[in-house]
Amino acid sequence: MTKQNLIHYIYGIADNALILGQRLSELCGHGPTLETDIALTNIALDLLGQTRSYYQYISNLTTDGSTEDDVAFLRKERQYRNVLLVEQPNTDFAYIIVRQYFYDVFHYMLLQELQLSKDVNLTAIADKSIKEVGYHQQFSGDWVKRLGDGTSESHDKTQQAVNDLWVFTEELFHLSNEDKIVVDSGHGINPKSFKDQYFNKISTLLEDATIKVPESKYFQKGGKDGIHSEHMGYILAEMQYMQRTYPDMKW
Amino acid sequence: MSTNEIKNLEEIFEAKIARDEKIEPKDWMPEKYRKTHIRQISQHAHSEIVGMLPEGNWITRAPSLRRKVALLAKVQDEAGHGLYLYSACETLGISREELYEQLHSGKAKYSSIFNYPTLTWADIGAIGWLVDGAAIINQVPLCNTSFGPYARAMVRVCKEESFHQRQGYEIMMTLCNGTQEQKDMAQDALNRWWWPSLMMFGPTDEESTHTAQSMKWKLKRKTNDELRQQFIDQTVPQADILGLKIPDDNLKYNNDTGHYDFGEIDWSEFWQVVKGHGKCNKERLNARKNAWENGKWVREAAMAYADKQHQRKTKQTG
Repeated sequence: MTKQNLIHYIYGIADNALILGQRLSELCGHGPTLETDIALTNIALDLLGQTRSYYQYISNLTTDGSTEDDVAFLRKERQYRNVLLVEQPNTDFAYIIVRQYFYDVFHYMLLQELQLSKDVNLTAIADKSIKEVGYHQQFSGDWVKRLGDGTSESHDKTQQAVNDLWVFTEELFHLSNEDKIVVDSGHGINPKSFKDQYFNKISTLLEDATIKVPESKYFQKGGKDGIHSEHMGYILAEMQYMQRTYPDMKW
Repeated sequence: MSTNEIKNLEEIFEAKIARDEKIEPKDWMPEKYRKTHIRQISQHAHSEIVGMLPEGNWITRAPSLRRKVALLAKVQDEAGHGLYLYSACETLGISREELYEQLHSGKAKYSSIFNYPTLTWADIGAIGWLVDGAAIINQVPLCNTSFGPYARAMVRVCKEESFHQRQGYEIMMTLCNGTQEQKDMAQDALNRWWWPSLMMFGPTDEESTHTAQSMKWKLKRKTNDELRQQFIDQTVPQADILGLKIPDDNLKYNNDTGHYDFGEIDWSEFWQVVKGHGKCNKERLNARKNAWENGKWVREAAMAYADKQHQRKTKQTG
């Protein structure tokens, strides 16, 4: 395993946290209640905090003097390795919650495994993050139940969000060739080991929430290989605005 | 209740305030005291949540991860302030829905400063430094105000505000130690935020309608003009350290008074914005209304779910 393989692998985890954190940041001040506003902002803060830990680690691994901000803000779209799920827009509260739940359950299982990595930096980040993600999963899962089994309007909106976002779940388990090298070395983890457990868990909760589990066998992928949806360019245009307009300055 | 009984209660109430004892929600209080407090506390709560919007405008574009996280946390603090101020207000017998309704209909006001746009990153620094700085001067005396829930909420609010103010100043400092372009950005932000910040203390003492009664109830300990002067005296040396120029040609230290003399505030601008015709009044109010209206089905779902859960539990135990 080369250093480049490892960096590539870490991007595959960290970029999810960055882009989902960015998406949630858009909502700050616009939540349906003050309490949910605060809770979603908390999740964004946790995710961005985790992002910083991973990027600082990447910055230590590189020899070109890149900082966490260079890594966050100065890559081209094709170099971001987040899954398509996290870049999906904040269509409505049902989408926000379902997107979050689909990601949180995966994220928690991933961190459980990552705690066993040979890489002490990654296990340290996983140890710290898993406590936060436990809360995220609780929050989003509770809301899926409330919305699914709430009113007929909320049920329909939630079913719609589940139907639309389901196609992005499979990609969570995709490994690139470089990822496989890192997994084989024992530094990375193979998410396929908990794939069945993942789908069982979310299916059980969806049924609990009176939501039908989609039967579609067609899935979308590409984000982990840097081939994103049309949303991604706009996310980056906004996120990188300052760094691109005022290059090489300290803020 | 007889007139005598009411008079007696009023005397007990006044004596309590005179002894600097707190009035608690269950204590008897004159109707005017209750109404004034609902007005002021809700206005304060609304200012916190409307105040999230101009700064929220820069979270997704913050120039570094550290700044992004700090700004997000700051705006979240404001939501928290809103939450405990609404709660304090609810103890006076009004619901959060009614309070929101008053905000959305324009009946309740919020601080006019939030009707100005945030155009550059330096505005985030300037808001922290100046707007939070002015807010602290307005709010510190409220930690000792007579209504217990408000006073206790303010202790926490002020601690966080002073942190925000330092954070804003630090953003300005970084800009002023940066490139010429960054310094210009900082100066431009000061130019735009200086006068509106001075207006945050409200009309001059001669024009202020609520001051006398509010002083009596310790809702106010100093007049608008006194607080404004305190802000200017405190802020001018801070601008000097940054190497920025306060946009007021008449600003001059007065050796006789020990204070800074300053130029005329444009009160026509103040009243224009108060009356709803500032640059962002419509956007701010619409953003709040949209959040509330778009969230209706979510709140209804939560209520319906809670009802169902309750019924299921009752069935099980019954």
